[in-house]
Amino acid sequence: MKEIVVISGKGGTGKTSIVAAFAALAEKKVLADCDVDAADLHLVLNPKIEHRENFSGGKKARILEDKCIACDRCIEECRFDAIHYPVLGNGKTADTPLINPIFCEGCGVCVRVCPAEAISFEPAVNGEWYTSSTNYGPMVHARLGMAEGNSGKLVTQIRQKARDIAVRDDLDYIIVDGSPGVGCPVIASITGADLVLVVTEPTLSGQHDLLRVAELTAHFQIPTIACVNKWDINPDITEQIEGEAKEHGVKTAGRIRYDSAITEAQIMKTSVVEYTGGAVSGDIKAVWQNVLYALG
Amino acid sequence: MKIAIASGKGGTGKTTIATNLALALANTGRTIQILDCDVEEPNCHIFLKPEIESTAPATVLIPKVIEEKCTGCGICAEVCEYSAIAVIKGKVLIFPELCHSCGACKLFCPEDAFIEVPRELGTVEEGKTNGIRFVHGLLNIGELMSPAVIDEVMKAAGEQEILIFDSPPGTSCPVIAAVKDAEFILLVTEPTPFGLNDLKLAVGMVRELNIPFAVAINRSDVGNEDVKKYCEREGIEIILEIPNDRRIAEAYSRGEMAIHALPEYQKVFEACWEKVIDLHQNALQTEQQEKTATES
Repeated sequence: MKEIVVISGKGGTGKTSIVAAFAALAEKKVLADCDVDAADLHLVLNPKIEHRENFSGGKKARILEDKCIACDRCIEECRFDAIHYPVLGNGKTADTPLINPIFCEGCGVCVRVCPAEAISFEPAVNGEWYTSSTNYGPMVHARLGMAEGNSGKLVTQIRQKARDIAVRDDLDYIIVDGSPGVGCPVIASITGADLVLVVTEPTLSGQHDLLRVAELTAHFQIPTIACVNKWDINPDITEQIEGEAKEHGVKTAGRIRYDSAITEAQIMKTSVVEYTGGAVSGDIKAVWQNVLYALG
Repeated sequence: MKIAIASGKGGTGKTTIATNLALALANTGRTIQILDCDVEEPNCHIFLKPEIESTAPATVLIPKVIEEKCTGCGICAEVCEYSAIAVIKGKVLIFPELCHSCGACKLFCPEDAFIEVPRELGTVEEGKTNGIRFVHGLLNIGELMSPAVIDEVMKAAGEQEILIFDSPPGTSCPVIAAVKDAEFILLVTEPTPFGLNDLKLAVGMVRELNIPFAVAINRSDVGNEDVKKYCEREGIEIILEIPNDRRIAEAYSRGEMAIHALPEYQKVFEACWEKVIDLHQNALQTEQQEKTATES
């Protein structure tokens, strides 16, 4: 069983469209959407949810008004500036402070310093994750609550569930749709993977961001290959990117031409390789072959 | 006026809009500061090419144990909600990457055996370009906590007439850190199913934060009408539309400003700004009226 993670550094380079195409091309696989901030893979793969579970990224503190003695100890010690006296509709200040759940990091300091035991500290539900069936095979995905943190922890849970399904069903591939950037959710999605495919675009931003991602995957010692999407927008930069990637030990996985069929397929809720037999589908098939080759 | 440029989906054109808005407004004689808060993959510098005047480390405080005072009681590990401290055989082990700098270990140590020391997570650079003050942050590769670096970028906020925050993509903690101080948020999207899905998530986040906002549609003539229909239904103003123009895409790919490649966009961004000011004024008035209504 091999796990392939598709990331990009820069957002909007076409990760999800390419993962959806891989879903149609790969045999015996499970799909995992780890871009939990902006999950889109379900819009193409149309999963039927079979099992859902709440996700808790940690605890949240809440002040119990009837017990609070307004001593302000919690406000003094909160490092996240999450506790304030709210201004009421009539312009007056409330008698007891309020913890803003958006800024509460769940550290529990307020709970422990409160002399009146007036702060509750319960696991917060920050989202949901699902195991689903699709026409392309099983899929694990999630919905992170609005303005929630701890996306790394959710990514880890999704990958673990996908791994369980792969073992249970004796599948060959776990295909992971990752998130943009190089921070917490990206690191959670790549550690221990067999291969990272970076999808970039032929722009100076794409180039800059690819090099940051290449440093990241080198840091975690994960074999990495890269493909340039919409390469014909700027062939010179495409060549530069491929050259620089190679210097960083990142081999090229092919080029995908610009084609409005990618957007059209998205609107038709299907993968581009099923939507058109055109050249762009050939490009993506070649990238998938290179992924298989890189996996050995 | 502080405005954040944000989006659920990556690659929709946040940086294009942030940098061109900054330059267009600077061209009218206003004083501007742009703060690139996408510290995982900052790109504003590629377009604005600022002259960097200062570089400073972006640090967070992490605990350090004073061995002579520590009795190995284990309370620090108990109170750490992030598993960033373990006490094994009476010895305190600290995992700096997991530390949220909440201060619990130091606060609750009965022996007063902790001090806090700065740990570098990244860098913050400041400079100038075309009369625009420029700040950006860069998260060190392999680090998880981008919000801490964004907080450091925010500390460099100046007294200019207009502050523009270029946000990272998504809807979770780094985005909150980038937009929470804004007085207005411009959500950038594209008229595709992925764009719409991620716009809905971003709208949910912004409503949670209770900050006035409007939408910009990039590549407005690709895809379908669903984003517009959604905005109409929700009463969300669309204050900027940029059609899919190969000249803009090519200028972008080379790191050139859209308003240099297509000077007619100077007026487009100026008009967009007028709408921001109007909508912001309206939001303030509505808030005032609501307050007066509850009082009477």
